[in-house]
Amino acid sequence: MAQVKSHKIVLPGEQVSDLFENNQNEESNNSEVICLGPGLLQTGDQIQAINSGVLRHIPKTNKYWVQGNKRKYTPATGEPVIGVITAKHAEGYRVDIGSAHQATLPLLAFEGATKRNKPNLSIGALIYAKVSIANKDMDPEIECYNSDTGKSEGFGELKNGFTIRASLGFCHRLLTSDTPILSIIGQYLPFEVAIGLNGHIWVNAGEESHKKTVMIGNAIENAEHLNHNECQAMVKELMNRA
Amino acid sequence: MGQENKISNNNREFLLSALKSGTRVDGRGIYDYRTLRIEFGETSGTVYTYLGNTKVLVKISSQVVRPYVDRPTEGIVQFNTEIATLASPVFDAGKPTQMEVNISRTIEKVFHRNRVVDTESLCILANRKVWNIRVDVHFLDYDGNMLDAACIGIVAALKTFKRPDVTVDGEEAIIHSILDKPPVPLSINYAPICVTFGFFEDGEYMILDPGSLEEQVQTASLTMALNNQSEVCTINKAGGIPLSLDQVLRCIKIATAKIEEIHSIINEAVASQKK
Repeated sequence: MAQVKSHKIVLPGEQVSDLFENNQNEESNNSEVICLGPGLLQTGDQIQAINSGVLRHIPKTNKYWVQGNKRKYTPATGEPVIGVITAKHAEGYRVDIGSAHQATLPLLAFEGATKRNKPNLSIGALIYAKVSIANKDMDPEIECYNSDTGKSEGFGELKNGFTIRASLGFCHRLLTSDTPILSIIGQYLPFEVAIGLNGHIWVNAGEESHKKTVMIGNAIENAEHLNHNECQAMVKELMNRA
Repeated sequence: MGQENKISNNNREFLLSALKSGTRVDGRGIYDYRTLRIEFGETSGTVYTYLGNTKVLVKISSQVVRPYVDRPTEGIVQFNTEIATLASPVFDAGKPTQMEVNISRTIEKVFHRNRVVDTESLCILANRKVWNIRVDVHFLDYDGNMLDAACIGIVAALKTFKRPDVTVDGEEAIIHSILDKPPVPLSINYAPICVTFGFFEDGEYMILDPGSLEEQVQTASLTMALNNQSEVCTINKAGGIPLSLDQVLRCIKIATAKIEEIHSIINEAVASQKK
């Protein structure tokens, strides 16, 4: 992952444009284009924070975003999410991804899907998808493949397993390399995991091992505020008890 | 939106098949109660109850009112239950859900019809002045089994609530401020505690203290209220599949054991509050 710089803590409504300029001088390439991520809003010349959290910056690509923690999901383009299918229409599915409005999943947004060969998902099925359109005036749209390559890249229906809830900040952290809990559990047990940035985490440790799946779920839930050593001790204790 | 379609088939199937192998989705034992914690607010009769992630606030307040015409010597005890939308997205604003109606009905049954509070002791002047005790129950966080949490909170609040003292002089009643005279506690006949069981499929699988996911998947639930002497005061089963007598008797046995634990937690909390 590219080098991430952390900045000061920002609050909603705060003007953050001033914080940007200092960095532009450091990095001369790309200084013209700034990429705004979640938590930042441009109004005219000004850039405002709309979430509370730490302002983060990747100098190489000149990306800025606010890293905070909350439990209510707001879709953002490109984020992987886990959702439940709630309805089926002629054009696609309605999917509950925990946002204010349900997302649309077009029938053709799957690997290898054509008008004749469409996936058949039942209501209540769990899917892992990527947000393709996130716009404040429209319902979000999600897709189960990479639209550039046409490959599924791990997205699609999730079979068996169990989902747990976690805070959005923790889900973000689980996807970075400095959160050790998943690899620590992996040293003891093989398991599958899918992390949705909407606060859902899907865990599967095999069909016949409910106890293990529950245990892994609990271990992940408990790990939110633990450091590396504490995680290791916690997982070890759980494994010994089992 | 109904609650039904918010759970995925995966979670429903996992819960059921895990239960068949004796595992619950949060890793608890089948008859384990979640960690119960009771906290007191700043004023008397304000109690926060935490049952796992379920959080309930109970607040008692008192007021002098005119008694009902048909019961001139009895005070009035009112229960108000409200599930705020903030507890969980499952609850819509406006229309009360079936769960909410069920909870307030059961609380009414358990506390009101069993005459938990001695209403005659709340009389100041017959026909003219009685105490009106208002118990407000607010559900702040939903993670299943709000009824048990609410009952525990109400009992703890009733035990610690104190109303201003009153002296009656002929036809005059003087209500003393808390600064003049120490306030007096309510006179409580006994303390019923609710224990809720959840049943799955055709009732073959039974659990204690269902969590939010379990509550949404279960096919029936049974709530029983027992007092300090382990006497059953109320049994409430609203809908769902029929249960056999054996099962109900088994529930009573389990409940009797759990009640003791819960009572001791409540008494400990109340004792530490009185210090």
